[in-house]
Amino acid sequence: MTSVEINGVSAWYGDVVAVNDVTMTLAPGVTGLLGPNGAGKTTLLHMVAGFLPPSRGEIRVSGQPAWRNPDLYRHLGLVTEREAVHGFLTGAEFVLASAKLHGLAQPRRAAAHALDLVELGDPRDRKLSTYSKGMRQRARLAAALVHEPSVLLLDEPFNGLDPRQRMQMMDLLHRMGDAGRVVLFSSHILEEVEQVSGTVQVMVAGRLAASGDFRSIRRLMTNRPHVFNVRTSDDRRLAAVLIGAPWVRGVEVDAAGLQVRAADYGAFTRALPAIIRREGLRLHRLRPSDESLESVFSYLVGAA
Amino acid sequence: MNATIASITARGLLGRRRFLALLLLPVALVGLTILAAATSAPAADWAPTVLEGLGFNVVVPLVALIIGTGVLGAELDDGTLAHILAKPVPRWQIIATKLVVAVVATVAAVVPAMFVAGTLAGGARVGVGLAVGSALAATAYSALFVAMSLVTSRPVLVGLAYVLLWEGMLGSVISGTQVLSVGQYGIAVADAVADTGLLTGKVGVPLALILAAVFTAGGTVLAIDRLKSYKLAGETG
Repeated sequence: MTSVEINGVSAWYGDVVAVNDVTMTLAPGVTGLLGPNGAGKTTLLHMVAGFLPPSRGEIRVSGQPAWRNPDLYRHLGLVTEREAVHGFLTGAEFVLASAKLHGLAQPRRAAAHALDLVELGDPRDRKLSTYSKGMRQRARLAAALVHEPSVLLLDEPFNGLDPRQRMQMMDLLHRMGDAGRVVLFSSHILEEVEQVSGTVQVMVAGRLAASGDFRSIRRLMTNRPHVFNVRTSDDRRLAAVLIGAPWVRGVEVDAAGLQVRAADYGAFTRALPAIIRREGLRLHRLRPSDESLESVFSYLVGAA
Repeated sequence: MNATIASITARGLLGRRRFLALLLLPVALVGLTILAAATSAPAADWAPTVLEGLGFNVVVPLVALIIGTGVLGAELDDGTLAHILAKPVPRWQIIATKLVVAVVATVAAVVPAMFVAGTLAGGARVGVGLAVGSALAATAYSALFVAMSLVTSRPVLVGLAYVLLWEGMLGSVISGTQVLSVGQYGIAVADAVADTGLLTGKVGVPLALILAAVFTAGGTVLAIDRLKSYKLAGETG
């Protein structure tokens, strides 16, 4: 069976530890590798793809070592974060070149099939240099899966895609996962988890911080405590009502308005509009005040 | 050789303005030779300066430098090389293909000009000598500069330093450096083939041939090994 085994892997550049003792086994299906920027996701993906040697530990893709082993690419496809493509090629030429370099028996057919799969229609005959971000992303994906790899790695594949393209991409990844391929994608946007069914691995500061089912991570996300900054036509009246709600831990009135410490992100954001309406207030401002990715991730890590 | 990589490399090379600007160098060499030949001065007065000083010391190495660092360096710089490397293609095949494209392009750009310049200066035999010598130098230079683009992040700068400082300045002052100058191998072979007083080979022909082969093979082997260990840098870590 296809699998990716990452065993006690660390990577460092000089004094900087990018990946710190990560162990995980990836089975067929979709896995999301989540974490803030600089968490070591790209470094880990590049090590699995054979583009970086682990400083310590071992990586095996279907039993084979990844580093200095070009044969690996018969079964592995990589979509890097860096978007550079040979701009003078058309999308079709680019994917066809990929098929030929893989030594496929029917490169033209494979290329056409891959382009259909990512739904790149007429633009396939235009030069890549004229492509939009989303089109380029799909052309690169087609080139990476033209040989039907059993392991597909994608670094921030949703970057720059609009919501519809994002749905399509997620749908495609799921179909590949359902077909028995190992699909690993990285993302620094937590909300992207919501569309993943499968496993989630959370990396923070080079370490594997949490891993598990997407549902539990999603529940943690919507249930997380949160501080909101609220300004209304009558802040004290709102404060009096809110303090009675079970999902509010504390309310503070200051010059900037109300600081509401909600125990539950989801419950608060759902209930607030109804309260405002009922009390006849006008809402001037509602702002989450600690929405930094690091704080959310560190909360997830502590709770998981 | 890999036809797909060759075609992508050639298209990338020919599509760049830098490459077309390069053709000005061989054209200037021919133009200068025509001007010199039109004067009443004997060839022995100007030919060594034009053929060696300009042809072998400037035109051949600079054209080889821009092309040699371009066939691989451009893809390394913009990250498109990752598309080529994430394929089950043996690394020696990638380097061999890039090297062949570099040699063919460099030879096509400099050898006709060297032949014409040599012929104008001293007849067809001198022309043939310069053609053979510059083809040899172009091959060794290409291997050197392809390897350089994998060894340093500033291959053009390092290559220029080698050509201008090592081969150019030191070569004319310290005779020992001439033995390790690709340009001198070209001159030695051209001199032997042309059998003319217009050129002065400073290195023995057997030694020149052996060292040119060592440069070519060494550069190729080094490039293959470095490519096997190619590391892809991330943008965000």
